[in-house]
Amino acid sequence: MAEKLPKKDVVIVGVGWAGGIIASELTKKGYDVIGLERGKDRDMADYLHGHDELRYSTRKEMMQDLSKDTVTFRNHTKMTALPMRQYGAFYPGDGVGGAGAHWNGQTYRFGPYDFEIRSMTIERYGEGKIPKDMPIQDWGITYDELQPYFEKFEAMAGIGGQEDEGPMAPPRRAVFDKNGEKKKYPVGPMKVSPMMKMFMDATTELGYHPYIVPTANLTEPYTNEDGVSRAACQYCAFCEHYGCEYGAKADPVVTVLPVAKQTGKFTVRPHSTVIKVLHTDGKASGVVFRDTITGEEYIQEADVVVLTSYVFNNVRLLLNSKLGKPYNPETQTGVVGKNYCYQVQQSGASLFFEDKEFNSYAGAGALGAVIDDFNCDNFDHSDVDFLHGGALRVMQTGKRPIATNPVPPIEGLPGWGKEWKAATLKWYHRNISIGGQGASLPNRYNYLDLDPTYTDEYGMPLIRMTFNYHDQDKKLSKYLAEKAEEIGKKMNATYIKVNGLELGDFNIANYQSTHNTGGVIMGNDPETSAVNSYLQMWDADNVFVVGASAFPHNSGYNPTATVGALAYRAAEGIEKFIKEGGSLV
Amino acid sequence: MSENKETFTEKKSTRRNFLKNSGLTLGGIVLGGAVTSLVVKNNDGETTVADSHSSHGAETSNFNRALMFFNIEQFLTVEAAAEQIFPKDENGPGAKELLVGYYIDHQLAGGFGSNAKEFRQGPFLKGEPTQGNQSAILNKDLFTMGVAALDAEAFKLAEKKFYELEEEKQIELLQKFEADEVALNGATSKQFFNLLKKLTIEGVYADPLYGGNANLEGWKMKRYPGSQMSYVNIIEKDEFVEMEPKSLSDHQ
Ligand SMILES: Cc1cc2nc3c(=O)[nH]c(=O)nc-3n(C[C@H](O)[C@H](O)[C@H](O)COP(=O)(O)OP(=O)(O)OC[C@H]3O[C@@H](n4cnc5c(N)ncnc54)[C@H](O)[C@@H]3O)c2cc1C
Ligand code: SF4
Repeated sequence: MAEKLPKKDVVIVGVGWAGGIIASELTKKGYDVIGLERGKDRDMADYLHGHDELRYSTRKEMMQDLSKDTVTFRNHTKMTALPMRQYGAFYPGDGVGGAGAHWNGQTYRFGPYDFEIRSMTIERYGEGKIPKDMPIQDWGITYDELQPYFEKFEAMAGIGGQEDEGPMAPPRRAVFDKNGEKKKYPVGPMKVSPMMKMFMDATTELGYHPYIVPTANLTEPYTNEDGVSRAACQYCAFCEHYGCEYGAKADPVVTVLPVAKQTGKFTVRPHSTVIKVLHTDGKASGVVFRDTITGEEYIQEADVVVLTSYVFNNVRLLLNSKLGKPYNPETQTGVVGKNYCYQVQQSGASLFFEDKEFNSYAGAGALGAVIDDFNCDNFDHSDVDFLHGGALRVMQTGKRPIATNPVPPIEGLPGWGKEWKAATLKWYHRNISIGGQGASLPNRYNYLDLDPTYTDEYGMPLIRMTFNYHDQDKKLSKYLAEKAEEIGKKMNATYIKVNGLELGDFNIANYQSTHNTGGVIMGNDPETSAVNSYLQMWDADNVFVVGASAFPHNSGYNPTATVGALAYRAAEGIEKFIKEGGSLV
Repeated sequence: MSENKETFTEKKSTRRNFLKNSGLTLGGIVLGGAVTSLVVKNNDGETTVADSHSSHGAETSNFNRALMFFNIEQFLTVEAAAEQIFPKDENGPGAKELLVGYYIDHQLAGGFGSNAKEFRQGPFLKGEPTQGNQSAILNKDLFTMGVAALDAEAFKLAEKKFYELEEEKQIELLQKFEADEVALNGATSKQFFNLLKKLTIEGVYADPLYGGNANLEGWKMKRYPGSQMSYVNIIEKDEFVEMEPKSLSDHQ
């Protein structure tokens, strides 16, 4: 028999960015909160001595242990889904801090077009522009309504950016106090490295509008409203895949979680995997979890259950708990698992410069320059047969030697041996990349459900991903790849290797991005969405499902600022719910 | 911070000291990072980071040069094969001198050899190329089979072990493995070849704490500075900045 633990006001499942924000907001208000986290606990001591490429990047020390839980995958419903046995396309987080402990910190807001994509597309191009199998939906909230929550997230994390980003980036208000002045960002932008400057000069010459990538790698010492002081980024080049030993990278472990702990109202219980939400008649009473060290089963009761366990487990927990209506791609009814989206990340150009060496071993997770001229609806789509678009950027995250052995596209160059060795040594510092990050719009056949065969270590079915790239993605990828080539030529590269001109089937073996979205999407209508704009479930008003699982599609931007903004809004909703009860909209 | 750079280097600052002496603070709670006391202002008013002292140089013997997985014959073949992937040339040492053979041996003896962090539940079905590696074979078994096959092919060719063949013949055989022309039990020779190449590159460039990249020669050859504390003062620089590489042991 599972042991019952003392009841709490709120139980949070998964202690990453979303869980951490909710924990800090609610404990500050005096509520008793417990966070159950399947992985280990973390503090700054875990981040020291961390410049180890093999341990963290190659062997993925900080990521989910796939021996315990993974996804199964197929491109379409006629295929048998098979487990992702080793790391490939994405790296879900694990342990306190979640993927927020080892993200890059590129912190864009989604654009106004994203939140009203359907209405705005119809308004500008007519309904006929939307393909039959593409269920794009408005989010049930506008950019203007979400703006104060973006600002809360940015103030907490100390996001840095350029005051004048030009006309293409999502519009910002000057609301952050800095030495008596109002600014659009809490702190200034990152430094501009030579490769960024080359990109910015070339794109300006081409008539585009580059700006410095907004960053969660703190650009100057900063103290936020919670009283957390952090030091500035040292451009140490061990950022994504790593914890930051300076605490300069905004991460739940050095921002929201200590604030929650300081209230005395927050308990984190690591090594605790939640396997089910308990509920009857549209009300949840708590969750069942396993201690992953002893195997013991426990029940944690609470007035409010918050799922913040990332896209895959948010969906999996609902389906395994039989909570909410599962999506069916044939009838297009049901909502849980619907609109799983990803990112169109392959397009770009690898540039090789015979006469120029870059200090590319140095860098920071969010050091880069970007153009949004082809993102969102920033350009006229009348003459192209895809919607939305993507960002193009040069990032200098720090090239590490195991992963980076670039060779230019020269005929007959072998893949190993003397000639190859000499080429990799020559071109290592002479190579930079323009990367495209395309939006991923929903397709009715891209969805998540439960796998009929494979289970986790507790016998619970794994999540099954059915996903492929469709016409929309292929055309978008080609478009961005051609633009990347154009920019590469303008930058006078000696050799250019263009990627993504022909986007094949989605392949789970190759890393693309950990920007998985959808499955528990938000909206105005319980028929087409699972949660409202507070991320409160339509089918169980004391269950909130928070994270990128709420995105009805994915944009050409990285997701976390939008996850953070939605988490702040959800926290507000949870408090309102505890006080007033019932549906919030 | 009150301490200046001199006092820091004098103190032989280590990460353990940072832990003790510094901290991110939140209403009195020390979060314990390599922060404030480490980050100092230099004369130009630029933020910089105090250097830590190198503890290198006085090495007498390397007790790491011993086998925990292969037998000596297997080891010689692995060393020879890795050397063909990453050979010694005018740029610097090859896999053998960098002790890549020992690196591979140690990796296969540990969690990686037994695919510890991978999903191992059956059924193991063949799958489509887009579904990633679906093999039931453990890394250590694939490697041992591959090495045995290299030796078997060498025997067919010249009645020798792989490591006894002359260079051109070794290359020829590895090309054959890469082209998937040799049958292995339940696996392809290309799978083995890919694992060999992957582990060779790791052994050349991983921190020397894992047994390869001897004397940081892999990094020196690549002009990679290893584990530095800060690049804040070079990130805007136009010219290429070369520095003496540091390993994690410099920070102990
Ligand atoms: C290498 C990398 C780089 C990235 N870079 C960027 C970037 O530059 N910009 C950006 O915007 N985004 C980036 N991301 C994405 C970003 O990390 C995520 O968007 C963000 O962390 C999501 O926060 P979350 O709280 O929803 O989920 P997570 O941070 O993943 O947290 C979820 C937590 O839930 C736990 N959990 C899961 N299931 C259970 C269960 N059943 N029981 C208990 N606990 C459970 C997990 O262990 C995890 O700790 C990056 C991601 C990776 C991997
Ligand atoms: S690059 Fe900056 S933010 Fe990232 S880990 Fe290093 S010091 Fe921290």
